[in-house]
Amino acid sequence: MDAAHVVAKPIEIEAQGLCYTRGTRVIMDGLSCVFPRGRISVLAGPSGSGKTTLLRMIACLIRPDRGVLRIDGEADLARLGSGAVRAFRRRVGMLFQGGALLDSMSVFDNVALPLREHSELGEAQIRDEVHHVFEAVGLEAVDDLLPGQLSGGMVKRAGLARALIEKPDLLLCDEPFSGLDPPTVRRIEELLQQVNQSVGATMLITSHHAESTRRIADHLVLLLDGAAVSGKTEALLQGDPRVAEFFADSASPLIEKGAS
Amino acid sequence: MRPAAALRALGARSIELLRDLGRFALFSLRLAGAGAQPPWRGRRLIREIYDSGVLSLVIVCISGIAVGAVLGLQGHNTLVRFGAEENLGSVVGLALIRELGPVLTSLLVAGRAGSAMAAEIASMVVTEQLDGLRMMSVDPLDFVGAPKALAMVISMPLLATLFTLFGIFGGYLVGVVVLGGDGGSYLSTLQDSVLFSEDVAGGLLKGGVFGVLVALIATYRGFTAQPSSAGVSAAATSTVVIASVATLVSDYFITALWGY
Repeated sequence: MDAAHVVAKPIEIEAQGLCYTRGTRVIMDGLSCVFPRGRISVLAGPSGSGKTTLLRMIACLIRPDRGVLRIDGEADLARLGSGAVRAFRRRVGMLFQGGALLDSMSVFDNVALPLREHSELGEAQIRDEVHHVFEAVGLEAVDDLLPGQLSGGMVKRAGLARALIEKPDLLLCDEPFSGLDPPTVRRIEELLQQVNQSVGATMLITSHHAESTRRIADHLVLLLDGAAVSGKTEALLQGDPRVAEFFADSASPLIEKGAS
Repeated sequence: MRPAAALRALGARSIELLRDLGRFALFSLRLAGAGAQPPWRGRRLIREIYDSGVLSLVIVCISGIAVGAVLGLQGHNTLVRFGAEENLGSVVGLALIRELGPVLTSLLVAGRAGSAMAAEIASMVVTEQLDGLRMMSVDPLDFVGAPKALAMVISMPLLATLFTLFGIFGGYLVGVVVLGGDGGSYLSTLQDSVLFSEDVAGGLLKGGVFGVLVALIATYRGFTAQPSSAGVSAAATSTVVIASVATLVSDYFITALWGY
């Protein structure tokens, strides 16, 4: 993404005392943390710790049972009306774990959809915008392909292209590295860093991937037993035994090397 | 099970059924609201009419001929006993136009297109495609549900009409060509006994009502499916069962109220 496309007004998100129970299982019990403005925050934690749940709360796809989710210290996401939620989502791009591309539409139409729905741009301008973002995420000659014809890495990139097409202030990525081979993981990492640097959007990434977390996270939030441990990534890795233990259990050579 | 426990279980099931009916009513209102206001999604509507209407043509036409042929055979054998075999056209035509055309078409379309519609929407729930639309501030009811439902409402009366026409043709084939009845009598008794304002309009009304019922049930079951492969299968199965029962029950009430 070049500088001409920078319009982001990055968002800061603050969670205070979030509680969430599904059935009889307590997923969050008074969880509090901050995702700083304009930074790449990685939300880590064991399976079932509530990473995706928190991401979906921030996306207003689910509401907490109790607690507050402030954007820029003001509006509480947990209590927004439907009109305000739609307006908020216009500022948010989301990359879903499986891409969530509409499988009955071509890749081009998937990425063009937000512009066709919300902008006054003509087809020629939309084509330019879509090809520009395709170039940014490294996709070529995929216009007429259906999502089912793409590889896993290409689906992630197409999903990222769709998330970026309206230049979001907040980018939410749910497990962007899962199921990808190491070169593709590196490529997605570079892409996310590049987007963060050029657009300046706040990024919130859920990940199990210890190496990627270390490489790209400015800020780390580790969910353990329904609560959060958060801070600057390096400081946490070096200074908090719970974080070091969690990532050591992930058997990541890079983390071990970094921690030594 | 003890009587008190059985009564409690019955009460709980009844309350859940009432809740589900309430949710269905609210869903129907929201779907109607989404479909009644712009943007008009003409291209999606045409595609959906192709899916639910055009792709049902073969099954509807073949079934129509088969049902008409059976009616012709049974009608001829019965009417011969009373020396009234020249009235075969009237018997076949009225039975198809008033009852069998709309009812059997609705059962066939619920089994083919209704179940497919519910399964497609449910699989969009599973793969987060509907959440993807929400994150683009696009209402899934408006983008996915309304075109599908409207296509079903448009297709059903047309398919019922085709079923009836092919049924009359099937009755003619058996009653006249195979059993040697008089072709002129078949057509003239048909023409004399069928009234547009009562019989044809009533048949079209039934087709329309059944179209609305199948559309609402299929979309509701799809949108409220559990996000799992079992949820997709349950959505498809329950659509067929509920839509079939709803067709047969509502058929009685329409017939009674229409004053046949």
